[in-house]
Amino acid sequence: MLDKTLKAFVWMVVLLLSAPVFSGSSSDGEPVDVTEMIMHHIKDAHEWHVLTYTDDNDGKQHVSIHLPIILLDDGLKVFSSEKLYHSGEVVEVTVHGKKDHYYANKELGYAVFHETIYKLNQEGALDFDEEGHATNAKPYDFSITKNVFALFFSSILLIVLMTAVVKSYKNDGMHPPRGLARFVEPVVVFIRDDIAKANIGEAKYRKYMPYLLSAFFFIWINNLLGLIPIFPGGANLTGNISFTFALAACTMLITVFSGNKHYWKHIFATPGVPWLLLPIMIPVELVGIFAKPFALMVRLFANITAGHIIILALTGIIFTFGSAAWSGLSIPMSLFIGVLELLVAFLQAFIFTMLSALFIGEAVAEEH
Amino acid sequence: MDLITPDLGLVFWTGLNFIILMFILTKFIWKPIMSAVNKREDNIQEALDMAKNTKAEMEKLQTQNANLLKEARIERDEMIKEAKATSDNMINSAKGKAKEEADKIVENARTSIEAEKNAAVSELKNQVATVALEIAEKILREDLSSDEKQKQLAETFAKDINLN
Repeated sequence: MLDKTLKAFVWMVVLLLSAPVFSGSSSDGEPVDVTEMIMHHIKDAHEWHVLTYTDDNDGKQHVSIHLPIILLDDGLKVFSSEKLYHSGEVVEVTVHGKKDHYYANKELGYAVFHETIYKLNQEGALDFDEEGHATNAKPYDFSITKNVFALFFSSILLIVLMTAVVKSYKNDGMHPPRGLARFVEPVVVFIRDDIAKANIGEAKYRKYMPYLLSAFFFIWINNLLGLIPIFPGGANLTGNISFTFALAACTMLITVFSGNKHYWKHIFATPGVPWLLLPIMIPVELVGIFAKPFALMVRLFANITAGHIIILALTGIIFTFGSAAWSGLSIPMSLFIGVLELLVAFLQAFIFTMLSALFIGEAVAEEH
Repeated sequence: MDLITPDLGLVFWTGLNFIILMFILTKFIWKPIMSAVNKREDNIQEALDMAKNTKAEMEKLQTQNANLLKEARIERDEMIKEAKATSDNMINSAKGKAKEEADKIVENARTSIEAEKNAAVSELKNQVATVALEIAEKILREDLSSDEKQKQLAETFAKDINLN
């Protein structure tokens, strides 16, 4: 029974991890820019590129999901990303001695260059400075990008899965957990006992459980979805600095607003420090308030992005050398890293939650 | 560089999405799960405590039983001892009484025997006296014909009487 499940699981992982190979293939003779491919994958995008294939006329066909673009620029402007990428024009430019292109739609007056939306100038074009950056004005971009879509999708998926879990407890909650709950309950109990109780303390942990549980499961499910190479997974959401910034900011706000008088006393009048040193200590402690969540933000971002880069780079070996024989090396290696990433997905969610609990615990601790 | 620059739009959506998600999950998921898990754990703890208490009570009862048994045994021994003493006493007293009674009977018998004997002796004496008188009368009638004989006889009688 277990063997069967294990086998099915291993095959599933193999199939999933070999998918980037298929989706990354290109027509003969055309070199693949692996760096470009990797950077394109780990960054956010205004459309979701699913796959590219060659049709009967040797023309490249792209299958993409057009996501809505929402701009705040003298009022709210909402339109499909198709109008930029496909209805508009592709403008070839040479910036910084390198050939590049951007998509412009003169009717709308916007252009997208390296996934950033700019306003077009009077002539309906973008201006570039010497470093190759566009200098046009940027509207506030609240688009439903690839990552925002992944954000919504994972939230809905999490709610659906958890609704299935909570059914197990609807009757009386006395019998042992059944189905998905058998898998989720140990994790919940682990977060309660080994993260919340251990770091915040028996007396005060209850108030912070919803945040810790939500953060853990949300990060975990997004880490896992990020490992699935095809739509609707594969968005590098937890490896995006904006995402980790928002979550780390939540931890910081909770920590600061939970801080009791001992916490603030420790910052503004550190016990055992001569008062002459306080002008130095106070700024250091104040920086510490921001440094802790900053570390949270960078840790999650760097770990997940690094994982994605390694898997893609290993897969990219095949295209860099232009020989399918390299798949003998590259697939086992990316499989190995892929399985490792499954562990990292859990580990990083755990570390984020653990450190959040630790920081909150420091803020609410009573003086010894 | 834009890889490590937070993007306003995504930060906004992440924050909004996460806060809404957290409220939905807290209300519909975490609260029921946590309360069910806590309730179950409390229940298990209660059951364990109860089992422990019951065991302690059982042990207490067992010791109590053993003590009762011991006491009962001691009491039984005492009762047996007492009964034995009582019966011994009874036997002894009965023996004493019986002896007394027997002594009394013996005494009575002796007294009556004595009385009988005395009566018999006196009867005999009377009889003897009567017979002697008759004999004496007869002898006297026969022998007292002469003075000598009378004298002799008188002497003999006197001797006889003294012997008696």
